[in-house]
Amino acid sequence: MSNVYAVSAAPHIKQKISVSSVMWQVVLALMPAMLAAIYFFGFRSLMLTLYSVVAAVSTEAVIQQLRKVPVSVSDGSAVVTGILVAFNINVASPWWLPVIGSIFAIAIGKQIFGGLGHNPFNPALLARAFMVASWPTLTTAGWTATKPLFAITKTIGTSINGLNPASLPANIPSVITSATPLGVAKALRDTAQIGPDLAPTIMNKLASIETIQNLFWGNVGGVIGEVSAAALLLGAAFLAYKHIIEWRIPISYIGTVFVLTYVFGGINGLFSASLLLPIFHIFAGGLILGAFFMATDMVTSPVTKRGRIIFGVGCGVLTTTIRLVGGYPEGVSYSILLMNIATPLIDRLTAPKAFGEVKK
Amino acid sequence: MGLKSFPGGIHPHDEKHYSKDAPIEVMPLPAKVVIPLSQHIGAPSKPIVKVGDEVKTGQVISEAGGFVSIPMHASITGKITKIAAYPHPTGTTQMAVEITGNGTDEWVELTDTKEYIQLSPDEMKARISAAGVCGMGGAGFPTHVKLSPPPEKPIDTIVLNGVECEPFLTADYRIMLEQADFIINGLEILMKITGATRGLIGIEANKPDAIKLLKTKCASKQGISVVGCKLRYPQGAEKQLIYATTKRRVPNKGGLPMDVGVVVQNVGTAIAIYEAVRYKKPLIERVITVTGKIVKNPKNLKARIGTMYGELLEYCGGTTEEIGKVISGGPMMGFAIPTLDTPMTKGSSGLLIFNAAEAHKDVEHTCLRCGRCVDICPMNLAPSIIANSVKYKDWDAAQKFGVMDCIKCGSCAYVCPAHIKLIQWIDIGKLEVGKRLRAQK
Repeated sequence: MSNVYAVSAAPHIKQKISVSSVMWQVVLALMPAMLAAIYFFGFRSLMLTLYSVVAAVSTEAVIQQLRKVPVSVSDGSAVVTGILVAFNINVASPWWLPVIGSIFAIAIGKQIFGGLGHNPFNPALLARAFMVASWPTLTTAGWTATKPLFAITKTIGTSINGLNPASLPANIPSVITSATPLGVAKALRDTAQIGPDLAPTIMNKLASIETIQNLFWGNVGGVIGEVSAAALLLGAAFLAYKHIIEWRIPISYIGTVFVLTYVFGGINGLFSASLLLPIFHIFAGGLILGAFFMATDMVTSPVTKRGRIIFGVGCGVLTTTIRLVGGYPEGVSYSILLMNIATPLIDRLTAPKAFGEVKK
Repeated sequence: MGLKSFPGGIHPHDEKHYSKDAPIEVMPLPAKVVIPLSQHIGAPSKPIVKVGDEVKTGQVISEAGGFVSIPMHASITGKITKIAAYPHPTGTTQMAVEITGNGTDEWVELTDTKEYIQLSPDEMKARISAAGVCGMGGAGFPTHVKLSPPPEKPIDTIVLNGVECEPFLTADYRIMLEQADFIINGLEILMKITGATRGLIGIEANKPDAIKLLKTKCASKQGISVVGCKLRYPQGAEKQLIYATTKRRVPNKGGLPMDVGVVVQNVGTAIAIYEAVRYKKPLIERVITVTGKIVKNPKNLKARIGTMYGELLEYCGGTTEEIGKVISGGPMMGFAIPTLDTPMTKGSSGLLIFNAAEAHKDVEHTCLRCGRCVDICPMNLAPSIIANSVKYKDWDAAQKFGVMDCIKCGSCAYVCPAHIKLIQWIDIGKLEVGKRLRAQK
């Protein structure tokens, strides 16, 4: 009898890909947005992100030690969560906000369910919901302006949201505060606050090429990660090229928002919006960040192809509903969280038909 | 060129450069062969010889164990020295007949029917069945059974599989370059038997010279043409090849190629069919690729069935490094075998040797639910859900998500970032769900 060799099930060759290579590529894909945030908001955005990442990674390591499972922080998934938590807060936030957010994301959002692969919700979004609920003024008010904002937010932005720079914590940088464009859009629905004469003018201002250009390149207030649609899209294109994200969720999500905001977004009834309004809605707020980096979170989105479309459309319907008739100006995070819950059900109901399915 | 293909699939490195330029070499007669009684799908054959019997090359040593079965023949001249359990290329242990050669190669009498194409389809089938021909691409389905569809399922197309989509393997490629005429003769016989009016030869784009050669040879042949296919794994899987070459979809849940009027045969099998029909030559030798980065001289060898893998490797100069894994067949669907003291069978398309680094031992991570397996599954299944259902013994879910439709091509496991052994889980699911389905009947 000659040597005995180890056996294993086929296949015997393997693509060079692993959990950590996927996660680190996501980190890389988030870097353009990080650079854009540093450019538009200053180094504070980088510092907050670093605090957040350190908190996320240490929390993961400590909990894994306590659970007596291998510490797997080098796989990069906690780094991704840390970055995304920081990307979801205002740059004017105090340093402890992303730290608490990241601890919550990893402990309650991820490890409590058994760690990577078992969490039903996107941990970063769960943390955002937690932060918004716990410190509403820190997270949804007092937006930091980037450069001189376009006229609309400068003149009436502060007044309609009732923001006053003096009401903010003392340790935040002294920068102009202003409403986000979506905050303005929200206020438009409440004509008592603005007056029927001004509303069409403001609407035209929002749905203008100039506003959209500002949103696209990043010249507008918002949370750290959503500032520049261009930078986010660059990262998303890289992930799509590497087959780490797939087109179905982002495209169906954004497509749904486009159609619904075009149909329902106008202030004079159905189809009264200009075609620029849905484009405004795509680039405003967290939709690009959410659609390409959060909704596509592999753990919490459906694996079936039809399921991914349903998921994306569901996110789009919820986001538009919250933006147009809900109480918040922005609905991306809640939409995705709500669709996260539906993911197991969607997978069950969308079992793919095997190749060669006989038509009945 | 208008290359054809199928939905899904992957693009592994083809790794054929090791052996693709090595012409087929005839392996010297081995001193001993071990001929497993089961080298095919269906009932094992029943031995009709006993220890001590003298046999000639080509003599029947076991008869078919049923309709879905084939006989086996002595592949060398000598004496039966043992009938016992032996390691089998599928990684199991199975009954086999050991023949110790006497150094000569004395054949049973063969015929030469020059006008073989005039034989009746029934006579052709009888000769194929008697020669013990089964599919030589890997699965080993008895050929005469495939050629006997019920009358309500007429066959109009024969597809020859020259795709050889498994990385590393080059046996079919060499056959196509060196024995193209025999392949076409075999195809004509298949068309005559089934009454098919169309013969297609599917070849992947990484074998342009084979495509060119066969196109030239087929130019004057009525109804026969070559279909160039895009480079994509698993193009050589039966259902995928039928779709690529004819755009027909074999029904799932147990459908067969005959349901869409097609019979698929490997190009190597076509030659065995030609030799069986014309010369009544039994299937006792085949071309096998011996390859791998650490094989000293990778070769395409024409060797007798029952030759030990260890002898084949030795003839190729052995290895330059310590062996990490031995694979019978290709790297995607082949079997890792524990010992080189394993005989080659009618379905042995390759012997692949890996070093320790290539024999990666990945640890399974939790599923990330990334869906890459779903994206590429050529059968349009959700492999991760099936594997998970099996893990938690949810057999209903496994069945609902199509575990029985899986062709085990391994594409899902190839792309999985979590290194989940999807095929292993699916295999368990197939066994269990299969048992339940049979119990229901």
